[in-house]
Amino acid sequence: MADLLTAPPATASAPPPPPRARGARRARTTLIGWSFILPNFLGFALLTLVPVLGALALSFMEWDSYNPPEWVGLDNFERFLNDESTLIALRNTAYYALGHVPLTMLAALGLALLLNRRLRGVGFFRAAAFFPYVTSMVAVAIVWNMLFDPEFGPVNQFLQFIGVDSPPGWTTSVDWAMPAVILTSVWRDMGYYMVLFLAGLQAIPTEYYEAAKVDGATAWQRFRAVTLPGLRPVTFLVLILLTVQSFKIFDLIVVMTDGGPGRATLVLSQQIYRKGIWEGEFGYASAISVVLFLIVLVFTLIQFWFNNRRERS
Amino acid sequence: MSTVDPAAPPAGRRPRALVQTILYAVLAVCALAILLPFGWMISASLKRNNEVLTSPIQWIPADFQWHNFTGIWSQIPLGTYLGNTVFLSLVITLLQVLTGSFAAYGFAKVRFRGRDALFVAYIATIAVPWQAYMIPQYIMMQKLGLTDTFLSLILLQAFGAFGVFLMRQYYLTIPDELCEAARVDGLTEYGIWARVVLPLSKPALASLALLTFVNTWNDYMGPFIYLTSNDLWTIQLGLRSFVGQYDADYAMMMTGSVLSVLPILVIFLLGQRYFIQGVATSGMKG
Repeated sequence: MADLLTAPPATASAPPPPPRARGARRARTTLIGWSFILPNFLGFALLTLVPVLGALALSFMEWDSYNPPEWVGLDNFERFLNDESTLIALRNTAYYALGHVPLTMLAALGLALLLNRRLRGVGFFRAAAFFPYVTSMVAVAIVWNMLFDPEFGPVNQFLQFIGVDSPPGWTTSVDWAMPAVILTSVWRDMGYYMVLFLAGLQAIPTEYYEAAKVDGATAWQRFRAVTLPGLRPVTFLVLILLTVQSFKIFDLIVVMTDGGPGRATLVLSQQIYRKGIWEGEFGYASAISVVLFLIVLVFTLIQFWFNNRRERS
Repeated sequence: MSTVDPAAPPAGRRPRALVQTILYAVLAVCALAILLPFGWMISASLKRNNEVLTSPIQWIPADFQWHNFTGIWSQIPLGTYLGNTVFLSLVITLLQVLTGSFAAYGFAKVRFRGRDALFVAYIATIAVPWQAYMIPQYIMMQKLGLTDTFLSLILLQAFGAFGVFLMRQYYLTIPDELCEAARVDGLTEYGIWARVVLPLSKPALASLALLTFVNTWNDYMGPFIYLTSNDLWTIQLGLRSFVGQYDADYAMMMTGSVLSVLPILVIFLLGQRYFIQGVATSGMKG
Protein backbone atom coordinates (compact mmCIF):
# COMPACT_ATOMS: atom_id res chain seq x y z
CA MET A 1 0.00 0.00 0.00
CA ALA A 2 2.90 2.33 0.73
CA ASP A 3 3.80 2.51 -2.94
CA LEU A 4 0.39 3.94 -3.72
CA LEU A 5 1.94 7.25 -2.91
CA THR A 6 5.04 7.10 -5.03
CA ALA A 7 3.56 8.39 -8.21
CA PRO A 8 6.22 9.04 -10.79
CA PRO A 9 7.16 12.70 -10.87
CA ALA A 10 5.24 14.55 -13.52
CA THR A 11 6.14 18.16 -13.92
CA ALA A 12 6.38 20.47 -16.81
CA SER A 13 10.09 20.47 -17.52
CA ALA A 14 10.73 23.52 -19.54
CA PRO A 15 14.32 24.85 -19.47
CA PRO A 16 15.29 25.80 -15.89
CA PRO A 17 13.77 29.21 -15.15
CA PRO A 18 15.57 32.05 -13.37
CA PRO A 19 15.30 31.57 -9.58
CA ARG A 20 12.78 34.35 -9.05
CA ALA A 21 10.29 32.80 -11.46
CA ARG A 22 10.57 29.36 -9.85
CA GLY A 23 8.46 30.15 -6.80
CA ALA A 24 5.80 31.75 -8.94
CA ARG A 25 5.69 28.74 -11.21
CA ARG A 26 5.40 26.36 -8.32
CA ALA A 27 2.48 28.37 -7.00
CA ARG A 28 0.86 28.19 -10.40
CA THR A 29 1.33 24.42 -10.58
CA THR A 30 -0.22 24.06 -7.14
CA LEU A 31 -3.15 26.16 -8.24
CA ILE A 32 -3.65 24.06 -11.37
CA GLY A 33 -3.38 20.83 -9.41
CA TRP A 34 -5.95 22.01 -6.89
CA SER A 35 -8.30 23.19 -9.60
CA PHE A 36 -8.44 19.63 -10.94
CA ILE A 37 -9.14 18.13 -7.56
CA LEU A 38 -11.52 20.76 -6.23
CA PRO A 39 -14.86 19.79 -7.85
CA ASN A 40 -14.65 16.28 -6.47
CA PHE A 41 -12.94 17.33 -3.25
CA LEU A 42 -15.65 19.83 -2.29
CA GLY A 43 -18.32 17.14 -2.37
CA PHE A 44 -15.98 14.61 -0.79
CA ALA A 45 -14.89 16.89 2.07
CA LEU A 46 -18.38 18.12 2.90
CA LEU A 47 -20.16 14.80 2.62
CA THR A 48 -17.51 12.30 3.69
CA LEU A 49 -14.63 13.88 5.62
CA VAL A 50 -16.78 16.18 7.76
CA PRO A 51 -19.26 13.40 8.67
CA VAL A 52 -16.39 11.05 9.57
CA LEU A 53 -15.07 13.62 12.05
CA GLY A 54 -18.65 14.42 13.08
CA ALA A 55 -19.32 10.81 14.00
CA LEU A 56 -16.29 10.81 16.23
CA ALA A 57 -17.45 13.97 18.03
CA LEU A 58 -21.06 12.78 18.25
CA SER A 59 -20.06 9.55 19.96
CA PHE A 60 -19.17 11.59 23.05
CA MET A 61 -22.49 13.41 23.05
CA GLU A 62 -26.10 12.87 23.88
CA TRP A 63 -28.28 14.23 21.10
CA ASP A 64 -31.72 13.78 19.65
CA SER A 65 -33.11 16.07 16.97
CA TYR A 66 -34.99 18.27 19.42
CA ASN A 67 -32.70 19.17 22.30
CA PRO A 68 -29.26 20.70 21.83
CA PRO A 69 -26.37 18.23 21.95
CA GLU A 70 -24.76 17.66 25.32
CA TRP A 71 -21.25 16.38 26.10
CA VAL A 72 -21.44 13.12 28.05
CA GLY A 73 -17.89 11.80 27.77
CA LEU A 74 -17.67 8.03 27.58
CA ASP A 75 -21.27 7.33 28.62
CA ASN A 76 -22.27 6.04 25.20
CA PHE A 77 -19.41 3.55 25.16
CA GLU A 78 -20.27 2.39 28.64
CA ARG A 79 -23.83 1.87 27.48
CA PHE A 80 -22.51 -0.14 24.54
CA LEU A 81 -20.80 -2.55 26.92
CA ASN A 82 -24.00 -3.07 28.90
CA ASP A 83 -26.48 -3.16 26.04
CA GLU A 84 -27.42 -6.75 25.37
CA SER A 85 -28.78 -6.28 21.87
CA THR A 86 -25.71 -4.33 20.73
CA LEU A 87 -23.39 -6.97 22.14
CA ILE A 88 -25.39 -9.64 20.32
CA ALA A 89 -25.06 -7.59 17.14
CA LEU A 90 -21.30 -7.38 17.70
CA ARG A 91 -21.04 -11.11 18.22
CA ASN A 92 -23.12 -11.86 15.12
CA THR A 93 -21.04 -9.48 13.00
CA ALA A 94 -17.86 -11.22 14.13
CA TYR A 95 -19.47 -14.61 13.39
CA TYR A 96 -20.40 -13.46 9.90
CA ALA A 97 -16.91 -12.10 9.23
CA LEU A 98 -15.24 -15.28 10.49
CA GLY A 99 -17.31 -17.32 8.06
CA HIS A 100 -17.42 -14.96 5.13
CA VAL A 101 -13.76 -13.91 4.91
CA PRO A 102 -12.00 -17.30 4.75
CA LEU A 103 -14.71 -19.04 2.70
CA THR A 104 -14.90 -16.29 0.09
CA MET A 105 -11.14 -16.18 -0.08
CA LEU A 106 -10.81 -19.92 -0.66
CA ALA A 107 -13.62 -20.01 -3.21
CA ALA A 108 -12.19 -17.02 -5.07
CA LEU A 109 -8.67 -18.42 -5.11
CA GLY A 110 -9.93 -21.82 -6.23
CA LEU A 111 -11.90 -20.29 -9.08
CA ALA A 112 -8.97 -18.12 -10.10
CA LEU A 113 -6.57 -21.08 -10.23
CA LEU A 114 -9.12 -23.07 -12.21
CA LEU A 115 -9.76 -20.27 -14.70
CA ASN A 116 -6.21 -18.99 -15.09
CA ARG A 117 -5.46 -20.81 -18.34
CA ARG A 118 -5.88 -20.47 -22.05
CA LEU A 119 -8.92 -22.54 -22.74
CA ARG A 120 -11.75 -22.22 -25.16
CA GLY A 121 -14.73 -20.66 -23.42
CA VAL A 122 -12.79 -19.52 -20.35
CA GLY A 123 -14.22 -16.02 -20.78
CA PHE A 124 -17.73 -17.36 -20.39
CA PHE A 125 -16.86 -19.17 -17.16
CA ARG A 126 -15.19 -16.06 -15.73
CA ALA A 127 -18.21 -13.93 -16.61
CA ALA A 128 -20.58 -16.50 -15.10
CA ALA A 129 -18.62 -16.50 -11.84
CA PHE A 130 -18.58 -12.70 -11.75
CA PHE A 131 -22.24 -12.14 -12.61
CA PRO A 132 -23.72 -12.77 -9.13
CA TYR A 133 -21.68 -9.82 -7.88
CA VAL A 134 -23.48 -7.34 -10.11
CA THR A 135 -26.98 -8.57 -9.30
CA SER A 136 -28.87 -6.76 -6.59
CA MET A 137 -28.74 -7.92 -2.99
CA VAL A 138 -32.50 -7.67 -2.79
CA ALA A 139 -33.12 -10.05 -5.67
CA VAL A 140 -30.36 -12.34 -4.41
CA ALA A 141 -31.87 -12.42 -0.92
CA ILE A 142 -35.38 -13.16 -2.20
CA VAL A 143 -34.19 -15.98 -4.44
CA TRP A 144 -31.97 -17.60 -1.82
CA ASN A 145 -34.72 -17.37 0.76
CA MET A 146 -36.77 -19.58 -1.53
CA LEU A 147 -33.86 -21.87 -2.34
CA PHE A 148 -33.38 -22.33 1.42
CA ASP A 149 -37.07 -23.03 2.04
CA PRO A 150 -36.96 -25.80 4.67
CA GLU A 151 -39.59 -28.00 3.07
CA PHE A 152 -39.72 -27.28 -0.65
CA GLY A 153 -36.45 -25.46 -1.31
CA PRO A 154 -34.05 -27.01 -3.82
CA VAL A 155 -31.23 -26.93 -1.26
CA ASN A 156 -32.96 -29.23 1.20
CA GLN A 157 -34.47 -31.40 -1.53
CA PHE A 158 -30.95 -31.94 -2.82
CA LEU A 159 -29.67 -32.71 0.70
CA GLN A 160 -32.44 -35.26 1.19
CA PHE A 161 -31.64 -36.73 -2.21
CA ILE A 162 -28.05 -37.42 -1.16
CA GLY A 163 -29.27 -38.97 2.07
CA VAL A 164 -29.40 -36.22 4.72
CA ASP A 165 -32.37 -37.24 6.85
CA SER A 166 -33.41 -34.01 8.52
CA PRO A 167 -31.78 -31.09 6.71
CA PRO A 168 -31.49 -27.75 8.56
CA GLY A 169 -34.26 -25.16 8.65
CA TRP A 170 -31.84 -22.47 7.36
CA THR A 171 -33.33 -18.98 7.68
CA THR A 172 -36.15 -20.20 9.91
CA SER A 173 -33.75 -21.64 12.46
CA VAL A 174 -31.78 -19.71 15.05
CA ASP A 175 -28.68 -21.87 14.54
CA TRP A 176 -28.74 -22.07 10.75
CA ALA A 177 -29.82 -18.56 9.73
CA MET A 178 -26.32 -17.08 9.84
CA PRO A 179 -24.72 -19.97 7.92
CA ALA A 180 -27.43 -19.47 5.26
CA VAL A 181 -26.56 -15.77 5.01
CA ILE A 182 -22.83 -16.58 4.85
CA LEU A 183 -23.31 -19.14 2.07
CA THR A 184 -25.37 -16.67 0.07
CA SER A 185 -22.79 -13.92 0.43
CA VAL A 186 -19.90 -16.23 -0.49
CA TRP A 187 -21.79 -17.16 -3.66
CA ARG A 188 -22.34 -13.51 -4.50
CA ASP A 189 -18.86 -12.13 -3.73
CA MET A 190 -16.46 -14.86 -4.83
CA GLY A 191 -16.45 -13.77 -8.48
CA TYR A 192 -15.30 -10.28 -7.61
CA TYR A 193 -12.32 -11.46 -5.60
CA MET A 194 -11.61 -14.13 -8.22
CA VAL A 195 -10.95 -11.30 -10.68
CA LEU A 196 -8.47 -9.72 -8.27
CA PHE A 197 -6.70 -13.07 -7.82
CA LEU A 198 -6.63 -13.61 -11.59
CA ALA A 199 -4.93 -10.25 -12.05
CA GLY A 200 -2.43 -11.31 -9.39
CA LEU A 201 -1.77 -14.68 -11.03
CA GLN A 202 -1.17 -13.05 -14.39
CA ALA A 203 1.38 -10.72 -12.84
CA ILE A 204 3.64 -13.63 -11.81
CA PRO A 205 6.45 -13.90 -14.38
CA THR A 206 6.32 -17.18 -16.31
CA GLU A 207 10.11 -17.44 -16.05
CA TYR A 208 9.70 -18.41 -12.39
CA TYR A 209 7.60 -21.39 -13.38
CA GLU A 210 10.06 -22.34 -16.11
CA ALA A 211 12.92 -22.18 -13.63
CA ALA A 212 11.03 -24.29 -11.09
CA LYS A 213 10.32 -26.89 -13.77
CA VAL A 214 13.95 -27.03 -14.77
CA ASP A 215 14.76 -27.69 -11.10
CA GLY A 216 12.32 -30.62 -11.28
CA ALA A 217 9.64 -29.19 -8.98
CA THR A 218 6.28 -30.95 -8.93
CA ALA A 219 3.06 -29.05 -9.59
CA TRP A 220 2.38 -28.82 -5.85
CA GLN A 221 5.91 -27.57 -5.14
CA ARG A 222 5.53 -24.96 -7.89
CA PHE A 223 2.29 -23.84 -6.29
CA ARG A 224 3.91 -23.58 -2.87
CA ALA A 225 7.15 -21.92 -4.00
CA VAL A 226 6.02 -19.70 -6.86
CA THR A 227 2.25 -19.13 -6.92
CA LEU A 228 1.55 -18.48 -3.24
CA PRO A 229 4.46 -16.08 -2.63
CA GLY A 230 3.66 -14.31 -5.91
CA LEU A 231 0.05 -13.83 -4.85
CA ARG A 232 0.98 -12.33 -1.50
CA PRO A 233 0.25 -8.68 -2.38
CA VAL A 234 -3.15 -9.55 -3.86
CA THR A 235 -4.00 -11.87 -0.97
CA PHE A 236 -3.24 -9.04 1.41
CA LEU A 237 -5.46 -6.63 -0.53
CA VAL A 238 -8.30 -9.16 -0.74
CA LEU A 239 -8.05 -9.84 2.98
CA ILE A 240 -8.40 -6.15 3.83
CA LEU A 241 -11.24 -5.55 1.39
CA LEU A 242 -13.10 -8.62 2.62
CA THR A 243 -12.69 -7.66 6.27
CA VAL A 244 -14.03 -4.16 5.70
CA GLN A 245 -16.85 -5.54 3.56
CA SER A 246 -17.81 -8.17 6.13
CA PHE A 247 -18.15 -5.74 8.99
CA LYS A 248 -20.34 -3.51 6.79
CA ILE A 249 -22.89 -6.25 6.02
CA PHE A 250 -26.38 -4.79 5.91
CA ASP A 251 -28.60 -5.18 2.82
CA LEU A 252 -28.40 -8.94 2.58
CA ILE A 253 -29.35 -9.41 6.22
CA VAL A 254 -32.15 -6.84 6.14
CA VAL A 255 -33.82 -8.47 3.17
CA MET A 256 -33.05 -12.08 3.93
CA THR A 257 -33.69 -12.35 7.67
CA ASP A 258 -34.12 -8.79 8.98
CA GLY A 259 -31.94 -9.75 11.92
CA GLY A 260 -34.08 -12.75 12.78
CA PRO A 261 -35.17 -15.27 13.75
CA GLY A 262 -35.21 -13.48 17.12
CA ARG A 263 -31.86 -11.68 17.13
CA ALA A 264 -29.89 -14.51 15.56
CA THR A 265 -28.63 -12.44 12.61
CA LEU A 266 -28.82 -8.91 14.00
CA VAL A 267 -25.60 -7.12 12.92
CA LEU A 268 -23.88 -3.89 13.92
CA SER A 269 -24.84 -1.79 10.89
CA GLN A 270 -28.49 -2.69 11.49
CA GLN A 271 -28.13 -1.69 15.11
CA ILE A 272 -26.64 1.68 14.05
CA TYR A 273 -29.58 2.20 11.70
CA ARG A 274 -32.16 1.22 14.30
CA LYS A 275 -30.70 3.32 17.10
CA GLY A 276 -29.77 6.35 15.01
CA ILE A 277 -32.32 6.72 12.28
CA TRP A 278 -35.32 4.93 13.79
CA GLU A 279 -34.96 5.96 17.40
CA GLY A 280 -33.08 9.24 16.83
CA GLU A 281 -30.35 8.46 19.37
CA PHE A 282 -27.61 10.08 17.33
CA GLY A 283 -24.96 9.97 20.04
CA TYR A 284 -25.33 6.32 20.94
CA ALA A 285 -25.60 5.23 17.30
CA SER A 286 -22.41 7.15 16.52
CA ALA A 287 -20.65 5.44 19.39
CA ILE A 288 -21.60 2.05 17.92
CA SER A 289 -20.29 3.18 14.53
CA VAL A 290 -17.02 4.38 16.06
CA VAL A 291 -16.58 0.95 17.64
CA LEU A 292 -17.31 -0.65 14.26
CA PHE A 293 -14.69 1.55 12.66
CA LEU A 294 -12.12 0.80 15.37
CA ILE A 295 -12.61 -2.93 14.92
CA VAL A 296 -12.03 -2.63 11.18
CA LEU A 297 -9.02 -0.40 11.81
CA VAL A 298 -7.44 -2.80 14.31
CA PHE A 299 -7.87 -5.73 11.92
CA THR A 300 -6.38 -3.73 9.08
CA LEU A 301 -3.40 -2.67 11.17
CA ILE A 302 -2.78 -6.25 12.33
CA GLN A 303 -2.86 -7.38 8.71
CA PHE A 304 -0.43 -4.62 7.74
CA TRP A 305 1.87 -5.58 10.54
CA PHE A 306 1.86 -9.26 9.53
CA ASN A 307 2.37 -8.35 5.91
CA ASN A 308 5.36 -6.17 6.69
CA ARG A 309 6.89 -8.79 8.95
CA ARG A 310 6.53 -11.45 6.27
CA GLU A 311 8.03 -9.22 3.60
CA ARG A 312 11.04 -8.50 5.77
CA SER A 313 11.71 -12.13 6.59
CA MET B 1 0.42 -21.44 -17.29
CA SER B 2 -0.68 -24.17 -19.60
CA THR B 3 -2.12 -27.35 -18.20
CA VAL B 4 0.28 -29.61 -19.99
CA ASP B 5 3.75 -28.73 -21.08
CA PRO B 6 4.81 -30.81 -24.06
CA ALA B 7 8.47 -30.25 -23.17
CA ALA B 8 8.03 -31.96 -19.82
CA PRO B 9 9.13 -35.58 -19.45
CA PRO B 10 6.25 -37.83 -20.55
CA ALA B 11 6.55 -40.06 -17.47
CA GLY B 12 3.12 -40.57 -15.87
CA ARG B 13 1.40 -37.97 -18.11
CA ARG B 14 -2.25 -38.59 -18.82
CA PRO B 15 -3.23 -37.97 -22.41
CA ARG B 16 -4.04 -34.31 -22.99
CA ALA B 17 -7.58 -34.91 -24.21
CA LEU B 18 -8.55 -36.64 -20.98
CA VAL B 19 -7.22 -33.79 -18.83
CA GLN B 20 -9.17 -31.31 -20.96
CA THR B 21 -12.37 -33.32 -20.63
CA ILE B 22 -12.07 -33.59 -16.84
CA LEU B 23 -11.35 -29.87 -16.64
CA TYR B 24 -14.38 -28.98 -18.71
CA ALA B 25 -16.56 -31.27 -16.62
CA VAL B 26 -15.38 -29.57 -13.42
CA LEU B 27 -15.96 -26.13 -14.94
CA ALA B 28 -19.42 -27.07 -16.19
CA VAL B 29 -20.46 -28.28 -12.74
CA CYS B 30 -19.14 -25.07 -11.14
CA ALA B 31 -20.87 -22.83 -13.69
CA LEU B 32 -24.11 -24.74 -13.29
CA ALA B 33 -23.97 -24.40 -9.49
CA ILE B 34 -23.23 -20.68 -9.74
CA LEU B 35 -25.97 -19.97 -12.27
CA LEU B 36 -28.59 -22.25 -10.74
CA PRO B 37 -30.27 -19.51 -8.65
CA PHE B 38 -30.83 -17.50 -11.83
CA GLY B 39 -32.35 -20.51 -13.55
CA TRP B 40 -34.64 -20.96 -10.58
CA MET B 41 -35.59 -17.28 -10.69
CA ILE B 42 -36.55 -17.35 -14.36
CA SER B 43 -38.33 -20.67 -14.08
CA ALA B 44 -40.36 -19.54 -11.04
CA SER B 45 -41.28 -16.25 -12.68
CA LEU B 46 -43.06 -18.15 -15.44
CA LYS B 47 -45.06 -20.47 -13.18
CA ARG B 48 -48.40 -20.32 -11.47
CA ASN B 49 -47.89 -19.38 -7.86
CA ASN B 50 -48.85 -22.80 -6.52
CA GLU B 51 -46.26 -24.46 -8.76
CA VAL B 52 -43.25 -22.57 -7.41
CA LEU B 53 -42.49 -24.51 -4.24
CA THR B 54 -43.19 -28.13 -5.00
CA SER B 55 -41.62 -31.44 -4.20
CA PRO B 56 -40.06 -32.70 -6.46
CA ILE B 57 -39.00 -29.48 -8.16
CA GLN B 58 -40.31 -28.72 -11.62
CA TRP B 59 -37.47 -27.00 -13.41
CA ILE B 60 -39.53 -26.37 -16.52
CA PRO B 61 -42.91 -24.67 -15.91
CA ALA B 62 -45.88 -26.85 -16.92
CA ASP B 63 -47.32 -24.06 -18.99
CA PHE B 64 -45.59 -20.75 -19.29
CA GLN B 65 -47.36 -17.89 -17.48
CA TRP B 66 -46.15 -15.02 -19.67
CA HIS B 67 -48.89 -12.81 -18.26
CA ASN B 68 -46.90 -12.60 -14.98
CA PHE B 69 -44.69 -10.15 -16.81
CA THR B 70 -47.57 -8.01 -18.02
CA GLY B 71 -49.63 -8.21 -14.84
CA ILE B 72 -46.91 -7.02 -12.48
CA TRP B 73 -46.95 -3.47 -13.89
CA SER B 74 -50.46 -2.91 -12.62
CA GLN B 75 -49.86 -4.63 -9.26
CA ILE B 76 -47.07 -2.27 -8.21
CA PRO B 77 -45.96 1.04 -9.79
CA LEU B 78 -43.00 -0.68 -11.43
CA GLY B 79 -42.71 1.93 -14.19
CA THR B 80 -42.20 4.70 -11.64
CA TYR B 81 -39.64 2.66 -9.72
CA LEU B 82 -37.65 1.83 -12.84
CA GLY B 83 -37.76 5.45 -14.04
CA ASN B 84 -36.46 6.69 -10.67
CA THR B 85 -33.69 4.09 -10.65
CA VAL B 86 -32.56 4.93 -14.18
CA PHE B 87 -32.56 8.66 -13.39
CA LEU B 88 -30.55 8.30 -10.17
CA SER B 89 -28.08 5.85 -11.67
CA LEU B 90 -27.43 8.02 -14.73
CA VAL B 91 -26.95 11.30 -12.84
CA ILE B 92 -24.71 9.77 -10.17
CA THR B 93 -22.64 7.92 -12.76
CA LEU B 94 -22.17 11.02 -14.90
CA LEU B 95 -21.04 13.17 -11.96
CA GLN B 96 -18.80 10.46 -10.54
CA VAL B 97 -17.04 9.87 -13.87
CA LEU B 98 -16.62 13.59 -14.61
CA THR B 99 -15.34 14.75 -11.22
CA GLY B 100 -13.43 11.51 -10.60
CA SER B 101 -11.47 11.57 -13.84
CA PHE B 102 -10.81 15.28 -13.47
CA ALA B 103 -9.49 14.97 -9.92
CA ALA B 104 -7.46 11.88 -10.82
CA TYR B 105 -5.49 13.92 -13.35
CA GLY B 106 -4.48 16.28 -10.57
CA PHE B 107 -3.35 13.35 -8.44
CA ALA B 108 -1.53 11.48 -11.19
CA LYS B 109 -0.05 14.05 -13.54
CA VAL B 110 0.34 17.37 -11.72
CA ARG B 111 2.95 17.64 -9.00
CA PHE B 112 2.23 20.02 -6.15
CA ARG B 113 2.68 20.36 -2.44
CA GLY B 114 0.23 18.45 -0.27
CA ARG B 115 -0.93 16.24 -3.11
CA ASP B 116 0.05 12.92 -1.56
CA ALA B 117 -1.29 13.79 1.88
CA LEU B 118 -4.60 14.63 0.28
CA PHE B 119 -4.64 11.34 -1.59
CA VAL B 120 -4.01 9.46 1.65
CA ALA B 121 -7.15 11.11 3.05
CA TYR B 122 -9.07 9.80 0.06
CA ILE B 123 -7.71 6.27 0.39
CA ALA B 124 -8.32 6.25 4.13
CA THR B 125 -12.03 6.94 3.67
CA ILE B 126 -12.36 3.97 1.31
CA ALA B 127 -11.45 1.85 4.30
CA VAL B 128 -13.96 3.57 6.60
CA PRO B 129 -17.26 1.71 6.51
CA TRP B 130 -20.06 3.96 5.35
CA GLN B 131 -22.07 2.95 8.40
CA ALA B 132 -19.49 4.76 10.52
CA TYR B 133 -20.49 8.19 9.22
CA MET B 134 -24.02 7.53 8.05
CA ILE B 135 -25.57 9.25 11.08
CA PRO B 136 -23.83 12.66 10.70
CA GLN B 137 -24.63 12.56 6.97
CA TYR B 138 -28.25 11.92 7.79
CA ILE B 139 -28.34 14.79 10.28
CA MET B 140 -26.80 17.12 7.68
CA MET B 141 -29.38 16.14 5.11
CA GLN B 142 -32.14 16.54 7.66
CA LYS B 143 -30.97 20.05 8.57
CA LEU B 144 -30.75 20.97 4.89
CA GLY B 145 -34.25 19.63 4.36
CA LEU B 146 -33.01 17.18 1.73
CA THR B 147 -34.24 13.92 3.19
CA ASP B 148 -36.78 12.26 0.91
CA THR B 149 -35.32 13.93 -2.20
CA PHE B 150 -33.18 12.54 -5.01
CA LEU B 151 -30.69 15.32 -4.38
CA SER B 152 -29.65 13.80 -1.05
CA LEU B 153 -28.62 10.53 -2.70
CA ILE B 154 -26.97 12.29 -5.63
CA LEU B 155 -24.86 14.46 -3.32
CA LEU B 156 -23.92 11.50 -1.15
CA GLN B 157 -22.91 9.14 -3.92
CA ALA B 158 -21.54 11.27 -6.74
CA PHE B 159 -18.25 12.24 -5.06
CA GLY B 160 -17.02 8.90 -3.86
CA ALA B 161 -13.34 8.26 -3.45
CA PHE B 162 -13.48 5.07 -5.51
CA GLY B 163 -13.79 6.89 -8.85
CA VAL B 164 -10.78 9.08 -8.12
CA PHE B 165 -8.80 6.06 -6.98
CA LEU B 166 -9.63 3.90 -10.01
CA MET B 167 -8.92 6.64 -12.55
CA ARG B 168 -5.65 7.60 -10.88
CA GLN B 169 -4.52 3.97 -11.00
CA TYR B 170 -5.16 3.99 -14.73
CA TYR B 171 -3.60 7.39 -15.45
CA LEU B 172 -0.37 6.25 -13.83
CA THR B 173 -0.03 3.73 -16.67
CA ILE B 174 -0.14 6.52 -19.26
CA PRO B 175 3.46 7.59 -20.02
CA ASP B 176 4.36 11.06 -18.84
CA GLU B 177 6.24 11.65 -22.10
CA LEU B 178 2.88 12.03 -23.84
CA CYS B 179 1.92 14.86 -21.48
CA GLU B 180 5.37 16.39 -21.89
CA ALA B 181 5.04 16.40 -25.65
CA ALA B 182 1.64 18.02 -25.39
CA ARG B 183 3.06 20.70 -23.06
CA VAL B 184 5.81 21.45 -25.56
CA ASP B 185 3.08 21.81 -28.19
CA GLY B 186 1.59 24.49 -25.98
CA LEU B 187 -1.45 22.67 -24.58
CA THR B 188 -2.61 23.75 -21.13
CA GLU B 189 -3.03 21.11 -18.42
CA TYR B 190 -6.80 21.15 -19.01
CA GLY B 191 -6.17 20.67 -22.70
CA ILE B 192 -3.93 17.70 -21.98
CA TRP B 193 -6.62 16.15 -19.77
CA ALA B 194 -9.31 16.67 -22.40
CA ARG B 195 -7.36 15.84 -25.55
CA VAL B 196 -4.62 13.43 -24.54
CA VAL B 197 -5.46 11.63 -21.33
CA LEU B 198 -9.23 11.23 -21.64
CA PRO B 199 -9.19 9.69 -25.12
CA LEU B 200 -6.51 7.24 -23.93
CA SER B 201 -8.46 6.19 -20.87
CA LYS B 202 -11.71 5.17 -22.53
CA PRO B 203 -11.55 1.62 -21.15
CA ALA B 204 -11.08 2.89 -17.59
CA LEU B 205 -13.87 5.43 -18.03
CA ALA B 206 -16.13 2.66 -19.27
CA SER B 207 -15.19 0.49 -16.29
CA LEU B 208 -15.87 3.25 -13.80
CA ALA B 209 -19.15 4.21 -15.46
CA LEU B 210 -20.39 0.62 -15.55
CA LEU B 211 -19.36 -0.18 -11.97
CA THR B 212 -20.91 3.03 -10.64
CA PHE B 213 -24.12 2.54 -12.63
CA VAL B 214 -24.59 -1.01 -11.42
CA ASN B 215 -23.74 -0.11 -7.82
CA THR B 216 -26.28 2.70 -7.81
CA TRP B 217 -28.88 0.53 -9.50
CA ASN B 218 -28.42 -2.17 -6.88
CA ASP B 219 -28.02 0.11 -3.87
CA TYR B 220 -30.52 -0.66 -1.17
CA MET B 221 -29.36 1.03 2.00
CA GLY B 222 -29.12 4.56 0.56
CA PRO B 223 -32.66 4.71 -0.85
CA PHE B 224 -33.89 2.78 2.20
CA ILE B 225 -32.69 5.54 4.53
CA TYR B 226 -33.41 8.61 2.43
CA LEU B 227 -36.44 7.89 0.24
CA THR B 228 -39.69 7.56 2.16
CA SER B 229 -42.25 8.68 -0.42
CA ASN B 230 -43.44 5.83 -2.56
CA ASP B 231 -43.28 7.90 -5.77
CA LEU B 232 -39.52 8.38 -5.26
CA TRP B 233 -38.77 4.72 -4.62
CA THR B 234 -36.20 2.79 -6.60
CA ILE B 235 -36.69 -0.70 -7.97
CA GLN B 236 -34.86 -2.24 -5.00
CA LEU B 237 -37.23 -0.66 -2.47
CA GLY B 238 -40.20 -1.66 -4.59
CA LEU B 239 -38.98 -5.22 -4.77
CA ARG B 240 -38.41 -5.34 -1.04
CA SER B 241 -41.88 -3.99 -0.24
CA PHE B 242 -43.28 -6.62 -2.56
CA VAL B 243 -41.98 -9.25 -0.16
CA GLY B 244 -43.91 -7.59 2.64
CA GLN B 245 -47.12 -7.04 0.69
CA TYR B 246 -47.43 -10.20 -1.35
CA ASP B 247 -45.73 -12.45 1.10
CA ALA B 248 -46.97 -15.65 -0.46
CA ASP B 249 -46.98 -14.56 -4.09
CA TYR B 250 -43.74 -16.31 -5.00
CA ALA B 251 -44.20 -16.25 -8.74
CA MET B 252 -44.73 -12.47 -8.71
CA MET B 253 -41.73 -11.91 -6.43
CA MET B 254 -39.59 -13.80 -8.92
CA THR B 255 -41.08 -11.87 -11.83
CA GLY B 256 -40.11 -8.63 -10.08
CA SER B 257 -36.63 -9.97 -9.37
CA VAL B 258 -36.14 -10.97 -13.01
CA LEU B 259 -37.24 -7.52 -14.18
CA SER B 260 -34.84 -5.83 -11.74
CA VAL B 261 -31.88 -8.01 -12.78
CA LEU B 262 -32.57 -8.01 -16.53
CA PRO B 263 -31.27 -4.49 -17.31
CA ILE B 264 -28.11 -5.28 -15.35
CA LEU B 265 -27.68 -8.56 -17.25
CA VAL B 266 -27.90 -6.73 -20.58
CA ILE B 267 -25.38 -4.10 -19.43
CA PHE B 268 -23.11 -6.81 -18.07
CA LEU B 269 -23.18 -8.87 -21.27
CA LEU B 270 -22.38 -5.80 -23.36
CA GLY B 271 -19.58 -4.56 -21.12
CA GLN B 272 -18.31 -7.55 -19.15
CA ARG B 273 -14.75 -6.91 -20.36
CA TYR B 274 -14.82 -3.45 -18.76
CA PHE B 275 -16.29 -4.73 -15.51
CA ILE B 276 -13.58 -7.29 -15.14
CA GLN B 277 -10.81 -4.89 -16.24
CA GLY B 278 -12.08 -2.23 -13.86
CA VAL B 279 -11.95 -4.59 -10.89
CA ALA B 280 -8.49 -5.78 -11.93
CA THR B 281 -7.26 -2.17 -12.27
CA SER B 282 -8.51 -1.29 -8.81
CA GLY B 283 -6.32 -4.08 -7.45
CA MET B 284 -3.20 -2.88 -9.23
CA LYS B 285 -0.36 -1.36 -7.31
CA GLY B 286 0.03 2.29 -8.19
